[in-house]
Amino acid sequence: MTTITPQATKDAPPGQGAVGGSRTLLSFVGGQNLSLIGALAVVLALFGILNENYLSVSNMQVIAEAATITGLLAVVQTVVIICGGLDISVGSQVGVASVVSAMVFTSTGDNALLGVAVAVGVGVLVGVLNGLVIVYGRVNPTIATLAGLAAYKGLAQLLSDGRAQGYVLNDDIFVFLGRGKVAGIPAMVWILIAVAVAVHLLLTRTDIGRNIYAIGGNDTAARLAGININKYLVAVYALIGVVAAIAGILLTARTGSGQPTSGSEGLELKAITAAALGGCALRGGKGGIGGTLLAVALLGCLENGLTVEGINSFWQNVAQGALLVIAVVIQQRRSGERAVGLPT
Amino acid sequence: MCPAPSPTPEPDPPATGQNVTSGAAVHDLTKRFGPVQALGGVTLDFPGGQVTALMGENGAGKSTLLKILTGDHQPTGGRITLEGQPLTLESPARARAAGIRIIPQEPEIIPYVSVAENVYAGALPTSAGRRLDRTELRRRVTADLDRLGFTGVLDPDLLGSQLTPAQRQLVEIMRAVTGEAKVVAFDEPTSSLSEHEVDALFRLIRRLRDQGTAVIYVSHRMQEIFQLADRIAVLRDGNLVGVQDARSTSVDELVRLMVGRDLSTMFTRRRADRGRLVLDVKDLTTEDVRNVNLQMHAGEVVGLAGLVGAGRSELALALAGDRPVLSGTVTLDGQRLRHGRPGEVIRAGLGLAPEERKAQALFLHRSIRDNSSLVVLERLRRLRFVSRAAERKLVQQYADRLRVRAPSIEHEVRKLSGGNQQKVVLARWLARKPKVLILDEPTRGIDVGAKAEIYQIIADLAEEGVALLVISSELPELLGLADRVVVMQNGRVTGELGHEDATEEAVLSLAMADDIAGVTPAGASS
Ligand SMILES: Nc1ncnc2c1ncn2[C@@H]1O[C@H](COP(=O)(O)OP(=O)(O)OP(=O)(O)O)[C@@H](O)[C@H]1O
Ligand SMILES: [Mg+2]
Repeated sequence: MTTITPQATKDAPPGQGAVGGSRTLLSFVGGQNLSLIGALAVVLALFGILNENYLSVSNMQVIAEAATITGLLAVVQTVVIICGGLDISVGSQVGVASVVSAMVFTSTGDNALLGVAVAVGVGVLVGVLNGLVIVYGRVNPTIATLAGLAAYKGLAQLLSDGRAQGYVLNDDIFVFLGRGKVAGIPAMVWILIAVAVAVHLLLTRTDIGRNIYAIGGNDTAARLAGININKYLVAVYALIGVVAAIAGILLTARTGSGQPTSGSEGLELKAITAAALGGCALRGGKGGIGGTLLAVALLGCLENGLTVEGINSFWQNVAQGALLVIAVVIQQRRSGERAVGLPT
Repeated sequence: MCPAPSPTPEPDPPATGQNVTSGAAVHDLTKRFGPVQALGGVTLDFPGGQVTALMGENGAGKSTLLKILTGDHQPTGGRITLEGQPLTLESPARARAAGIRIIPQEPEIIPYVSVAENVYAGALPTSAGRRLDRTELRRRVTADLDRLGFTGVLDPDLLGSQLTPAQRQLVEIMRAVTGEAKVVAFDEPTSSLSEHEVDALFRLIRRLRDQGTAVIYVSHRMQEIFQLADRIAVLRDGNLVGVQDARSTSVDELVRLMVGRDLSTMFTRRRADRGRLVLDVKDLTTEDVRNVNLQMHAGEVVGLAGLVGAGRSELALALAGDRPVLSGTVTLDGQRLRHGRPGEVIRAGLGLAPEERKAQALFLHRSIRDNSSLVVLERLRRLRFVSRAAERKLVQQYADRLRVRAPSIEHEVRKLSGGNQQKVVLARWLARKPKVLILDEPTRGIDVGAKAEIYQIIADLAEEGVALLVISSELPELLGLADRVVVMQNGRVTGELGHEDATEEAVLSLAMADDIAGVTPAGASS
């Protein structure tokens, strides 16, 4: 007699057994993200009515391009949050990579590939440093990366003397990264899609992903199941370094020069907001790329709509902060957290 | 401080739906969790001055019923009455104020606070200016420890985080019975207690009963039920299938009610010859374990006995590479194991299903599938991609065999009943089939049917050449399973008994060897 289970036959909602092809799509979007899709639809409809150009293809491209850098950071932020950490130094890491890519490019006689490679290399180093401080220094991830937020920003400013560096738009590679299109979709967006799909597959299909969820869900149990937690944490922070570097390179390509702070400051807030809005539990062990991307889209559409409507950016900051809180409140309600004590 | 005696207990004949004026009752109680019907209309009374035992398979709805009585869950339908008066329990605080107390299946302890403060949390004695009155707190806790018979087992100055599972359970018990209690419910209270504490607990329960308190007692252990209960209510699939008088019913009858079929409750294993040496532990010393020597052979089941705090679980964790080793060696199939690297130990072929399922084993927000397959992923993957079909098949196989009760293997583990969560932990390690498998309290909280299945799986694994080390506080179970029993006390091995010599008396005398010899145990903190 099998015991999985008498209830299934009796009480399962109709259709639960018949999940076939739509299953993968649903698992990518995630049932609970339906509310995000709803919110997105509302935002699109609202601004579409207010402004006829809002829904145009060209404006959608603008939104997508503007959201790409946030999107990349939100994707890796999702990974680190799932394994129980946090990285608030991502914005500063983007600044470092942006400056490094432009400066290496100019100083090597306009060698774009070298600029990209060195920027990514520096990203790995920065990420590994974060990981080592957290793992071997036993420093809480929030504190460690708060230190990183300040230190890497300073580093970018030191390297660049606080000014925009170089000019890269005389190079085909940077032009393609910043302005190019493939099949009508900006190259940057393709990069985001590639990174997101890769990370999604990593999280959901590989044993590495399972172990990442395990570490965030219960680190004692993960350790006793033989997972080398330290190794995983360092690797995850290194992954953040790489992706933040890619984001920095794209920032350089978009603006035409290496930017120590402008364009990267505040990105950590956006990335974390997107991850939380997308359903990541900040205590770890829960979340997914699908939700995060939807949240990135929602934030991007909202920001663009507010700008198009001429609402000043101070209000946009207020709106973003409010969204973060609302996202977490909804999440706590849904998970049935008891309203007692300090929330986790 | 003592639970006040409620009106004269009435000598009710055991039956349901009776009009009683003492104790509590539920009427047509239903509870749904989404698609899962946990309770399907239960009418049952819990009269004062009687111990009503609640039995049923894992997931039958026992804990759910108790959690409704204590305001933790809101019922989907039905009524609750206390002393004949209707009662709504919108919160645990309300239930506590009304005099309904529970000792939950999973103790909740504040980690960095002393035992004394844990017990009186929320009602700490204060002197002028709301300052904590430490002298009064100490006086109270010592008096209560003494009254409940826990002196010496529970040091009131220990921090919550330092407590063993048994001690955590005792803290919960103390919490529940301080103040005035009309109904006290115990949800599998003995699953982490040893003989000694169980005796103290039973004395306490009998005293509560004699004072007129309605006691509800949930357990899967038949022996205890027959020692304690006046009447026995059996739940199956959320429905009450019978209320029996404890004096006139039998184990077989209860099993039939619970499981719906006949079942042999006795287990004896066919013993084969031991194979080659696989695990060789020499002079292993850690913070809590001293000079342990242990050899295990392929196909052998070794029982590890001892009282709570004897260091059995610490030894298991040390073998699994999760404790710093001060001296000594562990050799597995010729390979010396390094400590501090549980992953290496697992790869070398040693697995441990740990004692505390929630803290040490489970990922509550992940599915049964994810939880069960965690340590076999490397066998299910190709180029690091996990084969979902193979994974599902493997997990389903063990879930079926262990009779895990859930709508599907995609169900989140936190939504399972306690016993079913335990089965998921076992499934993980049984699927791995290491060379040496340590099972720390494998049947804790498991129902009779699944227990029999677990014994069979252990026997099968041994037959296949796995060496098993089984830790259990249930001696009859250990004696039925093991080829030989190793007994520990205070972190040391005090003796070893072959299957023929391993009687309950012999094991217990070794487990208390020091106390009997009058030796003061060193390291009294363990
Ligand atoms: N919070 C919850 N969410 C969803 N389902 C739940 C929840 N709590 C319990 N259930 C379901 O309700 C049913 C009854 O569970 P309950 O915990 O009452 O069983 P039990 O009789 O105490 O079992 P055990 O002997 O294993 O402790 C089970 O099918 C369980 O999966
Ligand atoms: Mg239960």
